[in-house]
This record gives sequence, structure tokens and C-alpha cells, in this order.
Amino acid sequence: MRLASGTVVRVRDDWPETRGPCHIRTPHYLRGESGSVLRHLGDFPNPEEAAFARPAPLCPLYHVRVDQPALWGEGAPGDAVVVELFGHWLEATP
Amino acid sequence: MNLLEADSDRLLAAVRALLAAKGIMDAGEIAARVRATDEATPAQGARMVAKAWTDQAFCRLMLADGTRAAESLGIPMRGLPPLGVLANTPDLHHLVVCTLCSCYPRAVLGYPPFWYKSAAYRARAVRDPRGLLAEWGTVLPSGVTLTVVDSTAEYRWMVLPLRPAGTEGWSEPRLAALVREGDMIGVTIPAISATRSGPAC
Repeated sequence: MRLASGTVVRVRDDWPETRGPCHIRTPHYLRGESGSVLRHLGDFPNPEEAAFARPAPLCPLYHVRVDQPALWGEGAPGDAVVVELFGHWLEATP
Repeated sequence: MNLLEADSDRLLAAVRALLAAKGIMDAGEIAARVRATDEATPAQGARMVAKAWTDQAFCRLMLADGTRAAESLGIPMRGLPPLGVLANTPDLHHLVVCTLCSCYPRAVLGYPPFWYKSAAYRARAVRDPRGLLAEWGTVLPSGVTLTVVDSTAEYRWMVLPLRPAGTEGWSEPRLAALVREGDMIGVTIPAISATRSGPAC
């Protein structure tokens, strides 16, 4: 299922790097944080597989907007961080 | 043989010969790619910005599909990640960073400047972007919000800055000469400085 623009999401609070070798394009500072989907950017081979020369299924990639001051408890209201995240790192939140 | 100690010219010749022998890439294709890499400088991005400032149809194409817009100006994009373009507006400024490594739109901006790859820039662009801009001497007018674009995955991003006031009637080449690498990353804003101004063309 593709996430629609405006969907409120939470970035999975998961740390595969503590379990073994991996290649992850989800920055540490966003794990467990909430944001909203701006748009679907396309489907791309999953880098977590491709980096190890394993078969890499196409995965949806989204532009996700996160409130910048909320990340750090500082900063200017209205500022944002916009980041490319794969669908399997996003959980829809009610 | 220890590859690390091999003579680099001989190693390169061997790799080129293997690429040709296996039908992967011939000498002409390698020469074309070397040429494209040499031509990939911020002047290419500046050319796109200047055209977007003077040609609305091109501007729309550039915002919808940066790769096609670059190709329409003869910039080689084949085999490269998609190019996304972030338009600044009077209310919104963009700043590009890659916190994970150093993803950069090389086809249109060339090699990233050293500071773009530094841990300090990568950390501070997301943690304290306004403080970082202040150190560049970049002052956003009050009421302008800032969006930091962390280039974490498949796209490469460049900023389409606002056209500076006072450039009405300028030719594309003259506008392009105004646009610096930092303007397309978002650390700076193009302006007509005293040293840059000259007679109308």
C-alpha cells in the first residue's frame, strides 16, 4: 500500500546496526521521530540488500517532512528537515 | 600479484583492456565519460538556474524533472541518480546536506566542496541550520522559513535560488555568472556585489 501525501508517520525506532553488518539510509537522528509524507519519490531497489549484492526488490521511497525544532528542542518555529525515507521504515500513526 | 603495490598506469591499462575484451565498455565510451566528468562543474548548474530565471517553461520542467531539464541543456545524466530541484520562494529557503555521507548532484555541481563532506557541516546543517547560515553571512529576511533537505537516499538535490533584484533584462550568461556553488546548496544567496556589478550588457 502506498502512503498518501499528508499521511502522518513515525520512523521506526529500530537499530539493525546493533545486530550485525548492514547498510541503512535512515539517519540515526530520525529513528522514532514523527513526520508527514510530502510525496512518493518513486520505487528504488532496497539499498539494504543492494549494498551486499543480494537481490534487491523495488521499494517505495518518500519525501518526509519532520518539524526541525521538535527534533532538538531548539530552533526556529516553522523550520523543517525533509528527508528521503523508504516505506519499510515508516509506520502510519493514528 | 599485490594490486595495492602494482604500478597504477599498468593497472589502469589492464582494467581498460579487460573492460573492452569483455564488451563492457570501449575506449570511446571511457573517453566520453572522462569528458563528461571534466565538464561537470557548478557552471552547469548555474546555466540551469539562469535559464529557469528567464524561461518559465524550462523552470516548470526543472522543478518537475531535474534530470530531463539538465539533459535538455546537453548535460549528460545517463546512469546517474535522479536530480531533484528545490525552489526557494520569498517565504521559504532550502539548504541541502547529506548527513550519512556526501551525496551531491555532481553532474550539475561537480565535485563537492571539502566542507560539504565535513562532519561539522553534516551535523550542524540539521541541528543548527540558522547558526550555520549566519556563519556564511547568509541572513534570511524575517518570516522566511528554512527547510533542510537531508539527501539520504536515491535523489541528488540542488537549490533553485531566487533571482536577485536588479538583474532585470540581464542575459542568461550574465545571470549564470552570478550563481555560485553555495547558492545551489543553499548556504549562500546570489546577490549583485560591488565586485560583480558592471555595465549593462
